[in-house]
Amino acid sequence: MILKIENIEKKFYDPVEFKVLNDISFTVNKGEFLTLVGKSGCGKSTLLYILSTMDTDYTGKLTIDGEVVTGYNQNQLAAIRNEKIGFVFQFHYLLSDFTCLKNVMIPALRLGRWSAAEIEHRAMEKLRLLGLADQALKPASKLSGGQQQRVAIARALINDPLIIMGDEPTGNLDSKNTQVVFDILKELSQEHQQTIIAVTHDNDFAKASDRTIEMMDGRVV
Amino acid sequence: MRINRNIAFTYFWASKRMTVVAILGVLLGMSIFMFMNSMAAGFDRASGESFFKSTPHIRIYKDDVVSAPLSSDTTTRTLIINPKVVPNKVTIENPLQYVQLVKQHPAVTVAFPQVNCPVFYNNGQSQITGTTIGFPPDEANRMYNIASYMVQGNINALAQNQNGIVIGSGIADKMNIITGDHINITSSRGVNMTLAVVGIFKTNNSKEDKSKSYVNIATAQQMLKENGVFVTDINVNVKDPETAPQIAAELSMLTGYKAEDWKAANEAYMAASRMRKIVITFISFTLLIVSCFGIYNILNMTVSQKINDIAILKAMGFNGRDVVRIFVYQALAIGAIGVILGVVFALILVQALQHVYIGGDIGYFPIRFEPWVFLRGILIGLFITFLAGYIPAKKAAKVDPVSIFRK
Repeated sequence: MILKIENIEKKFYDPVEFKVLNDISFTVNKGEFLTLVGKSGCGKSTLLYILSTMDTDYTGKLTIDGEVVTGYNQNQLAAIRNEKIGFVFQFHYLLSDFTCLKNVMIPALRLGRWSAAEIEHRAMEKLRLLGLADQALKPASKLSGGQQQRVAIARALINDPLIIMGDEPTGNLDSKNTQVVFDILKELSQEHQQTIIAVTHDNDFAKASDRTIEMMDGRVV
Repeated sequence: MRINRNIAFTYFWASKRMTVVAILGVLLGMSIFMFMNSMAAGFDRASGESFFKSTPHIRIYKDDVVSAPLSSDTTTRTLIINPKVVPNKVTIENPLQYVQLVKQHPAVTVAFPQVNCPVFYNNGQSQITGTTIGFPPDEANRMYNIASYMVQGNINALAQNQNGIVIGSGIADKMNIITGDHINITSSRGVNMTLAVVGIFKTNNSKEDKSKSYVNIATAQQMLKENGVFVTDINVNVKDPETAPQIAAELSMLTGYKAEDWKAANEAYMAASRMRKIVITFISFTLLIVSCFGIYNILNMTVSQKINDIAILKAMGFNGRDVVRIFVYQALAIGAIGVILGVVFALILVQALQHVYIGGDIGYFPIRFEPWVFLRGILIGLFITFLAGYIPAKKAAKVDPVSIFRK
């Protein structure tokens, strides 16, 4: 078991009080490929932000890798995100002033576990894995949306995180690229025992994953 | 951490135009700040130098005493009181002993007795009124640096010639006298003397040049019909003129005579000098602060532009402190470059102005490289740029990534 949530609840107060998550509890095992599905507004993205430790405004208990992180301060949570969680967003991809390679390297440079040369080597490996080795030295802003998304995935993988979280990670990709990304994620979960938690609208994507949690009106169905 | 610096410099280069404008702002603010403060320091030194050509740091003299009533009992008796200055001699008793005593004070550099004597310089039928000052020439030269404004002859020649006199250039011109000629003087006590002119000085203060002359102390005493222990003033110079008021108080306690420091004796001059300092400080600080608004502005804009980046960095595990560092590094880079260029520009300005001739007793513009002014400018400049960067950086550190990603 890599991640466990107990009785997670969250309310929005603006414009009116509204319970967006209602008493959610589940566990995720190591190496599991989990998808979260549901209609828009059902709270799946909100839940993902709580799981990612970025959103701390909730009640309940979140345990990551055997550590209860609920109540940690921002610096402790940042360290956990840096080391244990890789993130892929739908729209907010890359730092546009840097090259693709540098974008991939930044989380590892922050972590400081490897030397700079080693990090560069690893980053090239990840880019090659996603078929972007030839784009490595281009500025991030010069790439197409699909390419940027794949660079963002490479970046999420750089620190060998325990959990990779994606908010519609294939939302902007065509079917061919979606398949590429899916295969990579599948391989990571099966061969490297990395846990995948992805929010998706894509039913085929969800069906092919190990487990699907469907949400409706702030509850798990 | 190196990655924070790395990101900071990438942002620094990414917005070149804004960076250059901010650097120019700091450059101008810094250089004008240092330049104006150098100028203020130069003015102070120049006016101090011309000031101390004729004024000692501390003057010890016998103050007038007002007569006290014979009885202090005013309740049982009716007293008619008529306070008046007691007709006492203006001399300091035992002056040489006091000079020795004053010289023992650790802060005192020069001390000598002086006798002032109002005189007429006789020029045929007409007379020029003035003052002759009697003092030991070499010590007086050490205090007033008389040798630096001698135009003819030598101040040391006065010590070798007991009947010598050094006169102002204005007197020399009016009386058509050169070194080696004789001059006839009548003192206020009616003593008439003919003295040999051994030198002529020119201070560029025309009032002094037209009235003042220097003689040996014995000559002045003779002109006043007084003996060798008659001394009106003891002049004292101290190591640091700024400490004169405290030392004056100490010397007053030590001797029992009134010791007046140059600041107290020249209130009007001090007030003008203080006002000049306040104005210059105010203007230069304003410029410095205005230039820092440039940095504040550019960083505020960078933070707004990069708010998405900040959210991504935070999602990847950068904490608030990292974000603050990224933007403070950027501010400090702008500040440091601006400060360095500002120092260079200020040096150029100082150099240029050094060659501007003003005239009068000032001569060339009294400005030079002031290490302390520059050091202070650098420290203040870096501190203000740090603040100007820290405020927007603090705002950036508070960015909530979730609220950005939700948009």
